[in-house]
Amino acid sequence: MPVMQFIEAVRETLRDEMRRDERVFVMGEDVGRRGGVFRATQGLIDEFGEERVIDTPLTESAIVGVGIGAALTGMRPVCEIQFADFIWPAMNQIISEAARMRYRSNGDWFVPMVIRAPFGGGVHGGLYHSQSVEAHFAHSPGLKIVVPSTPYDVRGLLRSAIRDDDPVLFFEHKGLYRAARGEVPEGDYTIPIGKADVKRDGTDITVFSYGKTLHFCLEAAEQVAHEGISAMVVDLRSLRPLDEETILRAAARTGKVLIVHEDNAFMGIGAEVAALIAERVLFELDAPVMRLCGPEIPAMPYSAPLEKAYMLSPEKVAAKMRELAAF
Amino acid sequence: MATRTGSRHGELGLTDERMLEMYYYMLLTRRLDERLWLLQRSGKIPFVISAQGQEGAQVGAAFALEKGVDWVVPYYRDLGTVLVMGMTPREVFLHAFAREGDPSSGGRQMAHHWSHRRWNIVSGSSPVATQVPHAVGIALGARMQGKNIVVLTALGEGSSNQGDFHEALNFAGVHKLPVIVHVQNNEYAISVPLRKQLACQNVADRAAGYGMPGVVVDGTDVLEVYRVFREAVARARRGEGPTLIESKNVRLTAHSSDDDDKTYRPREELEAARRRDPLATTRQYLYEAGLLDEAREKELEDRVRREIDEAAAWAEAQPHPSVESMFRHVYKEA
Ligand SMILES: Cc1ncc(C[n+]2csc(CCOP(=O)(O)OP(=O)(O)O)c2C)c(N)n1
Repeated sequence: MPVMQFIEAVRETLRDEMRRDERVFVMGEDVGRRGGVFRATQGLIDEFGEERVIDTPLTESAIVGVGIGAALTGMRPVCEIQFADFIWPAMNQIISEAARMRYRSNGDWFVPMVIRAPFGGGVHGGLYHSQSVEAHFAHSPGLKIVVPSTPYDVRGLLRSAIRDDDPVLFFEHKGLYRAARGEVPEGDYTIPIGKADVKRDGTDITVFSYGKTLHFCLEAAEQVAHEGISAMVVDLRSLRPLDEETILRAAARTGKVLIVHEDNAFMGIGAEVAALIAERVLFELDAPVMRLCGPEIPAMPYSAPLEKAYMLSPEKVAAKMRELAAF
Repeated sequence: MATRTGSRHGELGLTDERMLEMYYYMLLTRRLDERLWLLQRSGKIPFVISAQGQEGAQVGAAFALEKGVDWVVPYYRDLGTVLVMGMTPREVFLHAFAREGDPSSGGRQMAHHWSHRRWNIVSGSSPVATQVPHAVGIALGARMQGKNIVVLTALGEGSSNQGDFHEALNFAGVHKLPVIVHVQNNEYAISVPLRKQLACQNVADRAAGYGMPGVVVDGTDVLEVYRVFREAVARARRGEGPTLIESKNVRLTAHSSDDDDKTYRPREELEAARRRDPLATTRQYLYEAGLLDEAREKELEDRVRREIDEAAAWAEAQPHPSVESMFRHVYKEA
């Protein structure tokens, strides 16, 4: 099986889907000649032309709003928001329009669109190139939210997202673009949205995560394994819908749960996962549910030591795992 | 039927029949609107927001489109537009009463949030101006599929200050898309008068900044409206891109049934507005052109009243949506 970088997986999937289905097109800022600021769309304009690889004006609300209109005609737009931090001008279009179109028209109109946005920190991006925004959207029924952590998952999930008849937010951790590599099978496989993935089995504690911190959890699990702690690591992958079945089964298996994400904790994805577990499998637990998340400050500072302090790491996760295992 | 020379509608290529049809739609819009207020005041429906004063702008514009082929992305006052495009009085009442069969939303949205997939009338929300980028995207999507359609969207002049309006027009201008953006200026955004809304004289003056023609038209003159929209439609079909059209209208009612305009609007001003009532001036035109006399007018009024009576009674008797229906269509159903 070929080995691919995370960003190559994004690009090759876009290419495959555009070849497969004429209705698929990409648009966003700098997606054309430049190939996107992260180069996720590099080369697509050579193959598909500027009609299907559309450099838009610098207008997030219109990128999403125009995408909605195109989707209403049956096209399959894949809209790129250059950085998730700049998605706020499009918030109204995403929440009020894309998420509600099907509901408000009683099923008559729907929006088969994908919004891709690089998110996350640890790349010296400061306050406005580091944000995690997923919780703001996860609150809204009508949206699907996907956060892959491996090239394999990118390919399977991005295909599903593009073929989905509902709006999907596809958040790509920019710290994984070139750092995450992995085997990717040839051929047209998909991964259903709404399915978590047990990335490592274990018997002492269960750790839930997604995106870049998922990799920290896997590294930490290796570290603590040498100390005799067997950690199960579950990649949520899809934040809306959440895979309740897998979450509950994994929580019950070890009775000790840790939720790890880069986004701050308050009202975050971890809170939802914790509530779900408390409501449904409380008596299977042997310890209080723990969370390890970003700090409660508005956003990530630029200074190197401050950024380091903000970010999670395998060491921080391992320390929390030990605390949980010892409970 | 041949068109008549020497008449304004004849010069525009409109047969007498078609001209009368225009008036029929204006009258239907007005009488339906009046009925909605009655129903609201008698507690049968919760909310009305009026098209009164804007019938000329709406009917004139919609007559320039091809029903069932072109698309409209309307705003809440566009009752006249959606009637011309294919929505029936029964469907309007189903929506107003929020009944199960409401084709606009199945009883989910407040009244006046028009949608009808069969007629390419696209569902809108309540935040203003969000529909303008949708119209642009529809034009983009249609062009990518090689379909020669025109997309009409509308909004008020107050709403033309929203970012979405500017983002969408710029996008349409850059990509030369077949969109017509119709700003129906009625001089008020709820209670805020024009001078507190715009720093320029006309909304249409902004068009130059987006690389498209900006046209100002008297919205109370249905024929003049038809003429400028027909031109914009032809321009769009030739692939020459978007047009911004601002019709100057009067608002003959309060903003909505929740508003009392006595608190901010001088009565003399409203009186002056009534003298520009598009329904009255079009009626006058038809009398002068010999297309209408008292007998024929009564016949038309009776026909419209019968249609409305029948439609309202029928719609009110339809079932409410079931509570279970509330949970449907959040996502695609298997
Ligand atoms: C984004 C947003 N802000 C505020 C409102 C409340 N609101 C509804 S209609 C309206 C006035 C709109 O005026 P205008 O665009 O001139 O249209 P008109 O109602 O006069 O036809 C306002 C402020 C809204 N619906 N959406």
